[in-house]
Amino acid sequence: MNMIKALFRRELRSYFATPVAYVFIVIFLLLMGTFTFYLGGFYERGQADLQPFFSFHPWLYLFLVPAIAMRLWAEERKTGSIELLMTLPITAWQAVLGKYLAAWAFTGIALMLTFPIWITVNYLGDPDNGVILAAYVGSFLMAGGFLAIGACLSAITRNQVIAFVITVVVSFGFLLSGFPMVLDLFSGWAPQAIVDGVASLSFLTHFSSISKGVIDLRDLIYFALLIAAFLYANTIVLQWKQAD
Amino acid sequence: MIKIDGLTKRYGQHTVVDQLSFDCAAGEVLGFLGPNGAGKSTTMKMVTGFVAPSSGHASVCGHDIGTDALAARRKMGYLPEGAPCYPEMTPRSFLEFIADIRGLSGEKRKQRLDEVIGRLHLEPVLSQSIDTLSKGFKRRVGLAQAILHDPEVLILDEPTDGLDPNQKHEVRQLIQSMAKDKLIVISTHILEEVEAVCSRVIIISSGKIVADDTPHNLAARSRYHNAVRLTAPDAASIGAIESAIARLSSVSTTETDRQHLTITAIAKSGGKDAEVLRQVSQLINEKGWNVGGLQLETGRLDEIFRQITGGARA
Repeated sequence: MNMIKALFRRELRSYFATPVAYVFIVIFLLLMGTFTFYLGGFYERGQADLQPFFSFHPWLYLFLVPAIAMRLWAEERKTGSIELLMTLPITAWQAVLGKYLAAWAFTGIALMLTFPIWITVNYLGDPDNGVILAAYVGSFLMAGGFLAIGACLSAITRNQVIAFVITVVVSFGFLLSGFPMVLDLFSGWAPQAIVDGVASLSFLTHFSSISKGVIDLRDLIYFALLIAAFLYANTIVLQWKQAD
Repeated sequence: MIKIDGLTKRYGQHTVVDQLSFDCAAGEVLGFLGPNGAGKSTTMKMVTGFVAPSSGHASVCGHDIGTDALAARRKMGYLPEGAPCYPEMTPRSFLEFIADIRGLSGEKRKQRLDEVIGRLHLEPVLSQSIDTLSKGFKRRVGLAQAILHDPEVLILDEPTDGLDPNQKHEVRQLIQSMAKDKLIVISTHILEEVEAVCSRVIIISSGKIVADDTPHNLAARSRYHNAVRLTAPDAASIGAIESAIARLSSVSTTETDRQHLTITAIAKSGGKDAEVLRQVSQLINEKGWNVGGLQLETGRLDEIFRQITGGARA
C-alpha cells in the first residue's frame, strides 16, 4: 500500500511539474464550456439540468483521456526510466495501480473544476442535484474506463503517438459498441449471444443511464470490471515486454 | 552474493548472452568488461530482473531473481545504463521518492538522504529540475539513487560515462570506499578504471566469458609484462642503443618509436620479474648513456583486451 501511495504521489506531482496538467485542464474546461453552451444549447433548452453538459463527456474523453494515458508507460520506456522503476522492489501490480490511480485522480481534478457549471445551473433554476451527482460519478467512472484502456495500450509501445491513436480507435469501438457501425461487424457471422454481448459493452449505454440519475449496480460493475480487466492486461503486457 | 548459472538471452536467432555462469562475493569489485554489444548491459538487466532470461538463473544474496524478485531487488542498488531519471523532478523529490519506495522512514530516511546528497555533492542542484542538470550531475543523481538504501549489492552500468576526470576520480573513490563489505559490479570499457578500482575482471565477448582474473594477472598475460621502456638521448644514438639492448640475454625483441625516441625491450617469456630492467640499467651504467627515462611496464590491459575480444584480428 505504501508503495502505491509513493508511486501515486510521484506521478500526480509530475503532472503539475510540467505544463501537461495546466494545458490539459484549460483545454478540457474550454471545450466543456463551448460544447455545453453552443452545441448543447444549455440556455435555449430552458431546463434546469446538466444534460447538455454531460452528454458531451464521452466524446471529449474519447480524445482527451488518451492524451493523458499515452504518456503513462510509453514515456517511461522512451526515457528509460522504466528500467529504474521496474527494478525497484515493487510488483508490476503496484506500479500499474500507482500510475493508473494518479492519472485517474488527475482527470478527477479536471472534472471537479467544472463546478462553476453546477453553480450556474443552481443559480438559474432548481435542478435535481442528486441526478447531477450521479452523472458526475458516472462521468468519472467512464473516464476511468477510457484511462484503463489507454494505460494498457501505452505499455505496448515507446511511441506516444502510436499509443494515442490506438487508444482512440479502441475507445471509439467501446464507445459505439451498441451502435450498428460496430454491431454490423459481428451480426453477419457471430451468434446472437455474442452480438448482444458486444452491444452490452457500450460506454454510451452504461453512461447514459447513470447520467439520468439511475445508479444501477450493473453499470457500476460494468465499469469496475472493465477497468480491472484492462489493468490486468496492463500487467500482462509489462511481463510480456520483460521477456521480449 | 551474486550467483549466475547458465544465464542466456536470445533475441530471435541472435544469442546476446550465452550460457554465462559465475559467482561473486562481498568485498569484491567486479569489473565487467567487453566491447560494445558484448552483452554486458543485457546481463545486468537480467540480474536486476528488468529483462527475463531465455534460460538459466541468477540469484542475489540467495534470492532468485525469477521467483523471488522483490527480496532480491531489496538487496540491490542499480544504476541503469545512461542513468535514466524522471526529468521533471528535482533531485530532492526524486531521492525522497526512492527513499519511500525503499521503505526508509523517520530519522534513518533523513540520515541516508543527507549522507548520499553530501557524498555526491548534490547540494547546489537539489531544487533544480533534473533535465536542466549537466550530464555529470545527472549521473550523480543516478548513483545517489542506487546507494540510497545502503545495499549489499551494487550494480553500476557504466558509472563514469560522461564524467570529467575529476568526477571520474570522485566516483572511483566512492566505489572504493564502499567496497569493503559490499559486492560492487561495474560495467565499463574504460580500462584505466578497471586498474583503478576492480579486484576482479570478467571480460565477455559475444555473450561468453573469455577471461576471469585479477587485473594484475590479466596484465601479466600481456607481452609487455616486465618490458622496459627507455628514452634515448638523441636520434643519432638510438640505433646503437637498440642493438646493444637486443643482444641482452633476457630480451626477446625490441620496438623503437623514433618520433618519441623510445625503445621498448620486451622480455622473453618465463623470465624472472624485472630481469630485463636489471640488465638494461646495468648496460646503461657500463656505456654511460645519458637516457631520458627508464620505466618498467607491468603489462598493458588494452592490448590484452584487444587480443582476447578479437579486436586484434580486425
